[in-house]
Amino acid sequence: MHSRAERRLLPAMAVGLVVATVAPSLTGCAAAPAPDTVTVLNSATDTAEHSANQKFFDRCAGPLGLKVEQISVPADQVASKALRMASSKSLTDILELDGSELPQFAGTEGLRPLKDVGVDTSGFSGSATSLGSYDGTQYGIARSVNSLALIYNTKLLKEAGVEPPTTWAELKSAAKRMTHGSTYGMAFSASPNADGVYQFLPFFWSGGGDEAKLDNGKGEAALQLWKDLVSDGSASKSVVSWNQQDVNDQFVAGRAAMMINGPWQVPVLSAQKKVDWAVARIPVPEAGQDAIPPIGGTVMAVPKNEDSTREKNAGKILNCLNTRKNQLQWGESVNNVPTRAAAARAYAEQNPKLAAFADLVTTARSRTAEVGTRWPVVGDALAGAFQSVLTGRTSPEQALHRAQQQASTGK
Amino acid sequence: MSTFASTARAAKSSGSSAAPARADSGTRRRGLLRWLFVAPALAYMALFFGYPLIRNIVMSFQHYTPKTYFTGEAPFNGLDNWRAVFADELFAGSLWHTALFTLGSLLGQFTIGLALAVFFSRRFRLSGFVRAILLLPWLVPMVVSAVVWRRILDQDHGMLNSALHALGLTEGGVPWLNSPGVALLSAILVNIWIGIPFNMVILYGGLQEIPRELYEAASLDGASPWRTFRSVTLPMLRPVITVVLVLGFMSTVKILDLILALTSGGPADSTQTLGTVTYQLSFLQLDFGQGAVVGNVLILISAVFAVLYLRANRADFGKGN
Repeated sequence: MHSRAERRLLPAMAVGLVVATVAPSLTGCAAAPAPDTVTVLNSATDTAEHSANQKFFDRCAGPLGLKVEQISVPADQVASKALRMASSKSLTDILELDGSELPQFAGTEGLRPLKDVGVDTSGFSGSATSLGSYDGTQYGIARSVNSLALIYNTKLLKEAGVEPPTTWAELKSAAKRMTHGSTYGMAFSASPNADGVYQFLPFFWSGGGDEAKLDNGKGEAALQLWKDLVSDGSASKSVVSWNQQDVNDQFVAGRAAMMINGPWQVPVLSAQKKVDWAVARIPVPEAGQDAIPPIGGTVMAVPKNEDSTREKNAGKILNCLNTRKNQLQWGESVNNVPTRAAAARAYAEQNPKLAAFADLVTTARSRTAEVGTRWPVVGDALAGAFQSVLTGRTSPEQALHRAQQQASTGK
Repeated sequence: MSTFASTARAAKSSGSSAAPARADSGTRRRGLLRWLFVAPALAYMALFFGYPLIRNIVMSFQHYTPKTYFTGEAPFNGLDNWRAVFADELFAGSLWHTALFTLGSLLGQFTIGLALAVFFSRRFRLSGFVRAILLLPWLVPMVVSAVVWRRILDQDHGMLNSALHALGLTEGGVPWLNSPGVALLSAILVNIWIGIPFNMVILYGGLQEIPRELYEAASLDGASPWRTFRSVTLPMLRPVITVVLVLGFMSTVKILDLILALTSGGPADSTQTLGTVTYQLSFLQLDFGQGAVVGNVLILISAVFAVLYLRANRADFGKGN
């Protein structure tokens, strides 16, 4: 028989248990941030990157009497984190996304056009404007952008008596000449994800390929070029599994005389003494043509907020981050090219070694300008195409025909 | 105050109610109390298992896109998602790869795990130490092992190909991760390596439970080692074997991280599994409805095996009685 005290205690314990189980799931919502704090969701999880960002935010927020708080998650989780925040109405005041993800968000009508919150978007390079635009409206602003170029080992080129190649034919012969022993002439990433697709685009576009109509008959040349480089033995068969980091590792280890890569590798390249390197434009099909590399980087957007003061504050911060001086300093700290045309020119003058990147950015093209929200599907179809050609499963024609089918069904 | 209240109530109840009624309210209260104690478990199950499951099923019939997160609207689109997923060649391919991957991994993990468990169940010097070393693959985060294996399996400079070359077994190097015909096999081999410790530890534990006398009796009867293994070890180990295989199945069929880090589903989609396809649909293409379809297929497959497991367990209990 239970004692009286026990009898009264038991139901209380049971109720307590129920409350303890249910309560945590009900109180998951965070409190609203203070009115003078501007919150930012970005991917600056690296300590150095986080504090570099904070320095620029503080510089801009201080004079306005504001504070900036960063919430940083790994780059590939920013989009899903932002969606979760949106569904609980707790999205940050500034959202920093990869440029290729912007259309998905702009298409939800959850972002405010930058013009409406007083952000000045004049004087930017055309490619940077298109990176932040969706359906003709600018929702995102890029402080700096990156692209791809041909980075080569100056010593190996000199030894082989080869000039940096400018055309596809020169690229093939130069790569072949420099391939011997454990060194390949050329390295690139053809991995079945965003890295490989990013690297394929400059060849695909320069050859006349069109992401809105993959089987227009002009994209095959780029596939054939990649295929030739691998079947000649001038590039490793492993390119199908290398991401851009792997490509850089190969280059730094002296196992590749030339590689396709971006300016974000500069800190690693500069820190090592083993390989002397220089940057050139990506080779084009015929002499005299312009290379069309892809433009990459993050854009900052302002999600709609019931409190218009918060939107205005976010707009003020964006304006300050994008002054000529701040863009130039930011670009130099992350080795990316500023997006204001004037700042880009100054950047090229101050960093002659990276001038090739600064030039490229002016002719570069945004991945989402043509296909918008369909980019993830189209990019995936392109990856399928070069992977099946490089592994010898299909011919370039068949591969692009199939890719177009894949890109257009159901979406 | 509470003392006063309880004495007052006690006095009232003892004074007014008849004995049968009291017993009745007592059982009802006890019944209620029982439910109150079960309630936390039920609430937990409903919140963390029931809700996501139902939500995932409903989602697979909705046009669920990024816009849904902002507006809360997810219009129903009937069987559209299901049709789109089943019409995709990639889905059929990934189903087949998942089956091969799971079967191959379980077979390898279990056979080697069991062999090692039997080996270590005879005590010898340093056996504890070696057993601890063999646990390492289990302790290393999956992504780290995948990155290391990517280096080992590199076609040009990988350790495995260098070793094979030194032994004179291959000329040009095996394209472990670069050929659509070999990549899935490589992924299975890496997963076997990762899974051996788990199988070994659980089976080793099971072996320790088998009474020594049975082995003594078997040796007195003149049973050969192989006969002893078949007629004593295996039957006694059966419940443990079921647990190992079912748990192994559950963790293998939904494989994602290892594949993403090792091959990203390539080359030419030859290592796409149900896990990578649902990841791709939901988190790269942000089509959560179609992602949910593949997720549901995974849940269904796991559910079928869970039911088989429960039935097998019931049969065991029956035998025990």
